[in-house]
Amino acid sequence: MNYKLDFTPVLEGLPSLLAACLGTFALALGGMALAIVIGIGGVMLRDSRIAPVRWFIKSFVEVIRNTPFLVQIYFIYFALPLAGLRLDPTPTAIIALGINGGAYAIEIIRGGVQSISRGQIEAGLALGLHKTQVFRLIVLKPALRAIFPSLTSQFVLLTLTTSIASAISAYELTSVAQQIETSSFRSFEVYGVVTVFYLVISWLMMRGFGLISARYFSYPVK
Amino acid sequence: MTSQPSHAQAAGDAMISMAGVEKWYGDFKALTDIDLSVRTGERIVLCGPSGSGKSTLIRCINHLEAYQKGEIRVGGTLLGDDARAIDAIRREVGMVFQHFNLFPHMTVLQNCMLAPMRSLRASKAEAEATARRLLARVKILEQAEKYPAQLSGGQQQRVAIARALCMQPKVMLFDEPTSALDPEMVKEVLDTMIALAEEGMTMICVTHEMGFARQVADRVIFMASGAIVEEAPPAEFFTAPRHERTRKFLGEILRKH
Repeated sequence: MNYKLDFTPVLEGLPSLLAACLGTFALALGGMALAIVIGIGGVMLRDSRIAPVRWFIKSFVEVIRNTPFLVQIYFIYFALPLAGLRLDPTPTAIIALGINGGAYAIEIIRGGVQSISRGQIEAGLALGLHKTQVFRLIVLKPALRAIFPSLTSQFVLLTLTTSIASAISAYELTSVAQQIETSSFRSFEVYGVVTVFYLVISWLMMRGFGLISARYFSYPVK
Repeated sequence: MTSQPSHAQAAGDAMISMAGVEKWYGDFKALTDIDLSVRTGERIVLCGPSGSGKSTLIRCINHLEAYQKGEIRVGGTLLGDDARAIDAIRREVGMVFQHFNLFPHMTVLQNCMLAPMRSLRASKAEAEATARRLLARVKILEQAEKYPAQLSGGQQQRVAIARALCMQPKVMLFDEPTSALDPEMVKEVLDTMIALAEEGMTMICVTHEMGFARQVADRVIFMASGAIVEEAPPAEFFTAPRHERTRKFLGEILRKH
């Protein structure tokens, strides 16, 4: 192997790579926020009294979980403008990540909700609370606690999936790395450093979720 | 301690009335032609073999189970499919479950404050004052800041009773409140229920605690196969049961104790 390592272009590009990490965080956090809203809302609507609503949620989950993310993000970025909806790359990426993560979150959170005993729901109803109050105040927190490890790994995956947003040139780590690599041809060095950055980002995410768990889900159970 | 029949006699109005109530699970008839009237202040004990429909009966009173035929009225309000009537009735009917069903993510105090704040729109200060007063009444105030998982079964059930009482209910339903408890914890829960009965609470208790029935019940009702077979004041019920099925049941249950 006569490839000589030369980190100069990476070092020169370091400020823009670090800044791009913030772009990655922004996409990830925006996508997660949307995913959790879709996830919880979807679980509530999945058992709606209105049949078309239930049908819509189930179809949504099936379509999203059985198509590639790259196609989904292209669809929003390239196909929707033809229907008159034109969005910039960053909002497009956040919406695509939120929709994709949301479909998985619906299935994960649903599992948590199903793990809650019928007796909890009955106790809430017997106290005169409405169905939605029972869900929000009694079911949701223990349900999220039950599936929090799964939700954490799904959201770490969502964080790494932000790199696919480079396909529509959203501002994030991989697209900035591509620019440096294209102008310097230092593929090994650039993607080596980017790999380490993603590892650190994932670790920070897991740490963040660990702190949330310790803060909100630390009540004792038998 | 003696029971106080004066409560039942003083108030003649029916707090709960069930007329010709029938309930089906698919093809299975769970309740057959139930007629039952409970006056204000009356204490009823419901017993019968498992699967006889006693839990189903009391669960119909707060509409945890729907019924298909007949009529149930609670405090004069007809219990049908109208969601507002159901909510109104649930606010006035407290229920205690076999498995306590305390909310694990809330402290004892929060468990007791939740429904008054969310359902009766009580202020936080009001709800907390009521909760502390009722936790003191079931002798568990010192555990107010603990979580359910940190309490024994008997303690959890007393909290569950206090939680139901925080809604200031007019009726209390008990669905086998001591069946899931270790034997040494049964007494503390029964004592709480006896105290409540002596204060004049209208109560319907599904239980096999025949000592409790003797001590506080105005009427004991025996159910089998989804129907009321026999009802009588405890003295008569235990000494001179009229039906063969009642005699057989009492023979079995009294031998166990």
